[in-house]
Amino acid sequence: MKLTEKIIEGLLWLSAAITILVTVGIIWVLLSESVAFFSEVSVIEFFTDTEWTPLFDVKRFGILPLLAGTFLTTAIAIAVALPIGLTIAIYLNEYADASFRAVIKPLLEILATIPTVVYGFFALTVVTPFLQQLIPGLAGFNALSAGMVMGIMIIPMISSLSEDAISAVPKSLREAAYGMGATRLQTAFGVMVPAASSGILVSIILAISRAVGETMIVAIAAGQQPRLTLNPLVPVETMTTYIVQVSLGDVPHGSLEYRTIFAVGITLFIFTFALNNISFWIKKKYQEKYD
Amino acid sequence: MTNADRNRLKDKAFQFFGIFCTFIGLAVLAVFLIDILIDGIGRIDWEFLNNLPSRRAHRSGIYTAWIGTLWILLLTTIIAFPLGIGAGVYLEEYGKKSRMATILEINIANLAGVPSIIYGLLGLEIFVRLMALGGSLLAGALTLSLLILPIVIVTTREAIKAVPRSIRDGSFALGASKWQTVWYQVLPASFGGILTGVILALSRAVGEAAPLIVIGALAYVPFAPASPMDEFTVLPIQIFNWISRPQAAFTTNAAAAIIVLLVITFILNGIAVYLRHKWQKRIKW
Repeated sequence: MKLTEKIIEGLLWLSAAITILVTVGIIWVLLSESVAFFSEVSVIEFFTDTEWTPLFDVKRFGILPLLAGTFLTTAIAIAVALPIGLTIAIYLNEYADASFRAVIKPLLEILATIPTVVYGFFALTVVTPFLQQLIPGLAGFNALSAGMVMGIMIIPMISSLSEDAISAVPKSLREAAYGMGATRLQTAFGVMVPAASSGILVSIILAISRAVGETMIVAIAAGQQPRLTLNPLVPVETMTTYIVQVSLGDVPHGSLEYRTIFAVGITLFIFTFALNNISFWIKKKYQEKYD
Repeated sequence: MTNADRNRLKDKAFQFFGIFCTFIGLAVLAVFLIDILIDGIGRIDWEFLNNLPSRRAHRSGIYTAWIGTLWILLLTTIIAFPLGIGAGVYLEEYGKKSRMATILEINIANLAGVPSIIYGLLGLEIFVRLMALGGSLLAGALTLSLLILPIVIVTTREAIKAVPRSIRDGSFALGASKWQTVWYQVLPASFGGILTGVILALSRAVGEAAPLIVIGALAYVPFAPASPMDEFTVLPIQIFNWISRPQAAFTTNAAAAIIVLLVITFILNGIAVYLRHKWQKRIKW
């Protein structure tokens, strides 16, 4: 009996420990292939060269164009999702009644459950043609519509995390503001949002991390042309799109071209890892202020 | 106009802006779903569901894709379900407050934030190359299992956490061992929550295309897979492939396939919401 108990505990421990193996596996895979890559291409070239053409005859390995593409689509997505998501969070907390909240929140969550390839289709076949009527110079593939659609996808992430943060602020603060004669708007922006600022910041950082790692929307709608630009109207390529592009092609295993996806992958991993850990740190440091 | 009036006006204005923002996301969602329905519903028929892929759009079907998606669902469930629940039970019932548990917790939180395409790179090197599984269903399911593992673990823990201490104490008082308590009391009591989490995680896996493209799942597979070692495609990859083609007929195909994919996603989410609702009602501690 005692033995079975021990065996079961061991098995449970093993399934938990597998998650460590996954992390080790990810880091090992990315590192080993990247080390091989960087033995042929210098790190300095990788981060300073302004062209990315590993699949062409004249190969250049500057990741800046991919970083620019990723930055651009992410910035557009956040520019869409942050004002809308935060306004929703404030509205649901300070204005809406409970029954309205109970209906709206699950509906908004639907936005987060739709597969990203479906959003990509939407960006390419609906949003881009629509925007082309407003902006004549808009290319068929562009960062603008991919970023905007990605922003819509991220709205529920910002709104629900920010709402949690705002509702965690003690009621007494709100009541004190009302007692001073403040309107709901003044209470929201003068008291509640500042009090919940660390939680809101966490939601923004996690949203950025999500947008940086998003793949299918940008692969479908933003194009596959690495370009060092911040012009949202032309085709660009993100880090994630590049990995997809190479995976779809016929690049031989072990070649330098094959290794580029791991060099790009580790760059992407470092970015998201840093963002996630900054958010954990903020959460840990500021969250329990009111307990 | 006094200052108070002005403030009241601003307050009202923001209220309307709030309503506007709340509905704009939903409006976009509605426009989008209607657009897809108009584009694709006419294309869905028996043949579309049962035809193999073809170079000619009107003869192409999604048979291989939805069979592949079902296979992936099944295999991913078999792999991720026991692992995720086991890890969740360990962290919540056994390893609490140990140093190891803290490390595991931070690690799982980090894994949850790793982009899905990175899991694709992991699967490519470990499952496809090192374990020589090739671009098979098994390699795909293993990759997706690792991807959804953090979600399953976190939801399992939350469900287990909701079981009150007194249930465990009662079980221990009757002389049950730790595992007996977990197996006969804690897991049955939290099963609804766990199942909800697992299904939500699966609905995420069903929609994933990027990691499967990286491990080499193909858009064109001439036969429906019959065993876990077969090559495969899934609906999201088929959709991606059709979107990438310039001809309008393929766009229609993509819209039709999207409807099928969304139906699967919404059914899974619907089941999850239903289960959560049912369990919340039934159990009152």
